[in-house]
Formats: sequence, C-alpha cells, structure tokens
Amino acid sequence: MLLANKVVWITGASRGIGRATALEAAKNGAATVVLSARSQQALAETAEEVRAISRNELAQIVLMDVSDPQSIKAAFNEVRKSCKRLDVLVNNAGVLKQALIGMISGAQIDEVMRTNVYSVVLLIQYAARVMLRQKSGAIVNVTSILGRTGNEGNLVYVASKAAVIGATKSAARELAAHGIRVNAVAPGVIKTDMIANIPAERIQALQNSIKLGRFGEPEEVARVIVFLASDLASYVTGQIVGVDGGMWI
Amino acid sequence: MSEGEYKLRAAFGEVLSLRPDQVTDETSYGTTKSWDSIAHMALIAAIDTSFDLTMDTDDLLEMDSYGKAKEILRRYGVKI
Repeated sequence: MLLANKVVWITGASRGIGRATALEAAKNGAATVVLSARSQQALAETAEEVRAISRNELAQIVLMDVSDPQSIKAAFNEVRKSCKRLDVLVNNAGVLKQALIGMISGAQIDEVMRTNVYSVVLLIQYAARVMLRQKSGAIVNVTSILGRTGNEGNLVYVASKAAVIGATKSAARELAAHGIRVNAVAPGVIKTDMIANIPAERIQALQNSIKLGRFGEPEEVARVIVFLASDLASYVTGQIVGVDGGMWI
Repeated sequence: MSEGEYKLRAAFGEVLSLRPDQVTDETSYGTTKSWDSIAHMALIAAIDTSFDLTMDTDDLLEMDSYGKAKEILRRYGVKI
C-alpha cells in the first residue's frame, strides 16, 4: 500500500495515463483520489472504476479545464476545502498538436503552452501552498521523451514538455528544504489516444526504435508515477524518469 | 481588534515567528528577516486556510506588508 492515507490529485484523469494512475493509486491505498478533467461523463467512468477497487467515498470528481487559470483556481479551492490536505499532485493533463514549423499558428502556440506549461506552473504554485504548511508532499509531472529528444512536426509540444522538465527541476530545488519532492516521468510511446493517429507505416519504425520492442501500457507509466509519489522514493527529487522501453538511452 | 485582524496577526506571527504584538502595518517583506520567498508562500497558505479563501496570484505578488494584506483581504469581503 504505497499511498496509504494519502490524498492524491490527478489531472487529465479521464483517460490514458491519468486514468491508469487513478486506478493504481486506489490499488495502493490512497485515502482520496481526486479526479480532474473537463468532462464529467468521462470522469464518472474513471470514478466508477476507482470505487470498484475500494470504498465509495474514495473517488472525488473535480471538473477543471487546465487551459483556463480561473478554472484551475476554482478546482484548487474545491480540493482544499473538501480534502483539507494534499499529499500528491500528478500533473498529467496535456494536449498534443502537430504542425511543421511553417504551419504553426499563434493560436496553437498559445493553446499548447497554456495547457501544458502554464497549468503546471499554476498547479505547482497552488499545491505548494498546502504542502508547505504540511511540510510534506510529492508532485509528479508527466512530460515526454520528446521533451528530451525533440521531434519533427512537434516543435511547440516538444518545447512545452522541455519546459515541464525545467519546471520540475526548479521546483524540486526550491521546495526540497520544505519536505516537498518534485519529479517527472518521461513516457515514450504509450498506448493512449495520443498515438491513435500515427500512420501504420510509422508504427513499425517506431517499434524498431524501442529496445524492449513494444509500445508501453498506461499502467506501466502509472506504476512509476505511484512509486515517485510514495515514500519509497523519499530520497528522490528533481529527477526525470524515462518510462520508454529503452527508447532513449 | 476585530476577529479578522486577530486571525491575520496570528497567521503572520505563526509563519514569521513573531509575537502577535510584533506584527504591525509596517511589518513588510523588505524589513522582516524571516519573510523570505518560501515564507511568503507559507503566509499565503496560512491566510487561505484562516479565511477559507484562495488568493489570486496577482494578490500574492502585491502582498508585501501586513497593512497590504489587510487591504487585499477587504477586497475578498473580509471585515478587518
């Protein structure tokens, strides 16, 4: 029970890595799993699954649009009031937009940076308010292998994920003295909606570039997130842990 | 002293390691040694909790003295 008695808040919890992390947190004894995303319906499904694992009051839905600072503030307010504490924040929500350099619009830059970076900074700031008073807490950000390697057609997304890596290290340095750890996972190619549009001819080439020879499952990322969030990782902070089957070595 | 002011002084005193009577309108970021950037965040957290609100980030940046904190809290409808 790696997360026994902990209050865990997961953004982007309605699907993929976020959903898998919510289930893994429930399996590991979390006291409350706060599920955030924009869609009530999608979150209700995740909540149902979480409740099936543990007791009914375990899952709490807090609607939040991470591209909207006011929505983030309202969600934080709700979490703070209802849970009174926050032990783990998983910044998972993100958006992936593809465009070659000549086709990147200002609107796309704004949307991706607002969703993937601005929200992470704001949520770290809010979480730190609570965790500083507790003198404990763990924040796990979900970045991407692309934030380390770069990628054709993903300039803005890659820049946003590299920014999350920088934010993770900076927050870890600032908050370590107060018992708050900040780490990130950098998933490789994981079987989520984000890879649904990859053309078939690219799939084989991608698999060939992965040392373990296959794509990852969301649960395989979720387990690393839970480890980083748990006291088992009590001496780990400021780290970017690749979960990529050896794609980036 | 109003209840609001009593709670605010208590929050400042707790976070900045000051006795409540040492907290005045002039207690400020620049002149109080224990008020560093991390204490600033802890102060905001203490105020959030004491008054059951969530201060805006802009207010967080503006709050550089006890007097200013009272002024900001009034904007949130706190009687102080």
